[in-house]
Amino acid sequence: MEFVSPEGLRLDGRRPMEMRQIRGEVGAVSKADGSAVFEMGNTKVIAAVYGPREVQNRGQQMSDQALVRCEYSMANFSTGDRMRKPKGDRRSIEISLVIRQTMEACIMTHLMPRSQIDIFVQVLQADGGTRSACINAATLALADAGIPMRDLVTSCSAGYLNSTPLLDLNYIEDSAGGPDVTVGILSKLDKVTLLQMDAKLPMDIFENVMQLAVEGCKAIANYIREVLLENTKQLEHRRGI
Amino acid sequence: MREFQLKLNETQKIRLDKALQQIQALSSKNNSSAFASVIVADTIPVNHEDGVLKGHGTSDLDGEVVATLCGVVERVNKLVYVRTLRARYKPEIGDIVVGRVIEIVPKRWRIEINFSQDAVLMLSSMNMPDGIQRRRTAVDELNMRSIFEENDVICAEVRGFQHDGSLHLQARSQKYGKLERGQLLTIPPYLVKRRKQHFHHLEQYGIDLILGCNGFIWVGEHVEVRDAMVEDQENKPDQLIKMSDRNLMSIEEQEQTYTPLETRKVICRIANAVRVVSSLGFNLTVEQIMDIVEMSISPNIEIHEMLGAEFYVQIAEREVERRSSAGKRK
Repeated sequence: MEFVSPEGLRLDGRRPMEMRQIRGEVGAVSKADGSAVFEMGNTKVIAAVYGPREVQNRGQQMSDQALVRCEYSMANFSTGDRMRKPKGDRRSIEISLVIRQTMEACIMTHLMPRSQIDIFVQVLQADGGTRSACINAATLALADAGIPMRDLVTSCSAGYLNSTPLLDLNYIEDSAGGPDVTVGILSKLDKVTLLQMDAKLPMDIFENVMQLAVEGCKAIANYIREVLLENTKQLEHRRGI
Repeated sequence: MREFQLKLNETQKIRLDKALQQIQALSSKNNSSAFASVIVADTIPVNHEDGVLKGHGTSDLDGEVVATLCGVVERVNKLVYVRTLRARYKPEIGDIVVGRVIEIVPKRWRIEINFSQDAVLMLSSMNMPDGIQRRRTAVDELNMRSIFEENDVICAEVRGFQHDGSLHLQARSQKYGKLERGQLLTIPPYLVKRRKQHFHHLEQYGIDLILGCNGFIWVGEHVEVRDAMVEDQENKPDQLIKMSDRNLMSIEEQEQTYTPLETRKVICRIANAVRVVSSLGFNLTVEQIMDIVEMSISPNIEIHEMLGAEFYVQIAEREVERRSSAGKRK
């Protein structure tokens, strides 16, 4: 199948190095300590953060750091074929773990000993790149909850189809079976916290693809910073003196 | 944005937007110099020659001071810290908090106060209802449920952190203790400012208003400092029976615990005022709440209408007026 037309356009009309439109919004769940909605094109994810709060299961309490938990789920209506998946299937357990580890790397857990932070992410619309969208939404929600973090983690995926590196794959490109590289970075520290690839790529091409994904992450980081700054300013203005 | 779910019609939307814009303009005019919002991983500009003390919400990265939170940079002499908005409550010694009992464990109650862990109220750090100062015996320990039960709402003062990192509360005065016959509201804690006075007796309505520093607000019927408790203790056997079977209360007792309709209406009115102010994100003060309550009473606004779109817009506009006049006076 032809994923990049001779004119250099992808199936949804983007250029190979073009990202889908992104949109982030904080404060989607009123009862949560922090929450956010993040959209990448047609992929839409909602995240809610509760905590730091008392550890529910005493046995898991740690006296020197906070416990971070994450739950990823996909709404039944998020995909076209309405499949009833059992909760806790292998895919969502794996993604929960990935998100938890990525977020734990940036949260300063040692500042909140004997407490627990719960991150819930749910995919409302799935169109490829849910993993990245979930991480971005979780970052926004954590920042909204006032949880101290080393840096903002942002994530973006890139792939390689028709001998062209493509940024931010959508569902059709994702299911083409080509390599899909998901990268998560700390933009300020310039460190990689997440790198996943589920196919083989030659070393030199991989570097190009990864570089592309990192560029995508940085663009997302800039956008997230704007959203957060706007939100912080508004809260402060509203509060008054 | 964190917008309340309201059905605004076109004019109301424009009025609200205008009011909020004015507020923004006012506050940036008033404190443009001290005002510096930062978000996670922003570099905070500091003068390293003067020496810097890094406070909360900052960390060190290659010699730069970097924020780890979203908020406003505050500088006190050498200290630089980030004051967060929208974080959980951070207790300070002497704060007055409202909380909910979630568990009774030997010699202590565990209390939820919106902090990262549950607070602890020791049996020994509260005045006994009979008012006698003495060692707490095993009998007292067994009778703990007669003082506070699970799910009771109580009011106490922050005593401090113990060596093991747990937070302790105390209730060594008549004004602390169980709160009954009223409403508990939860609002973001940063909207409550620490002040001298957190207990407010609104005499004209006969209402007690407690602005807990942890963002839990209590609106309830006014109670005189409790002599009734002493009586209760004297005829304790009666009380225990009463506990076990509340349906069989005598008529006098029912009258005693009955809150008149008028009072209940006022409670709702004040509670709604608090809801409106907090969902608009304005700072919460007694004067403001009273102002709103009066404003709702005079033109005969129904209690439920206070949560409607029109009233929100009115409050926002009024806040603009208030702030602009306060700004002029300065």
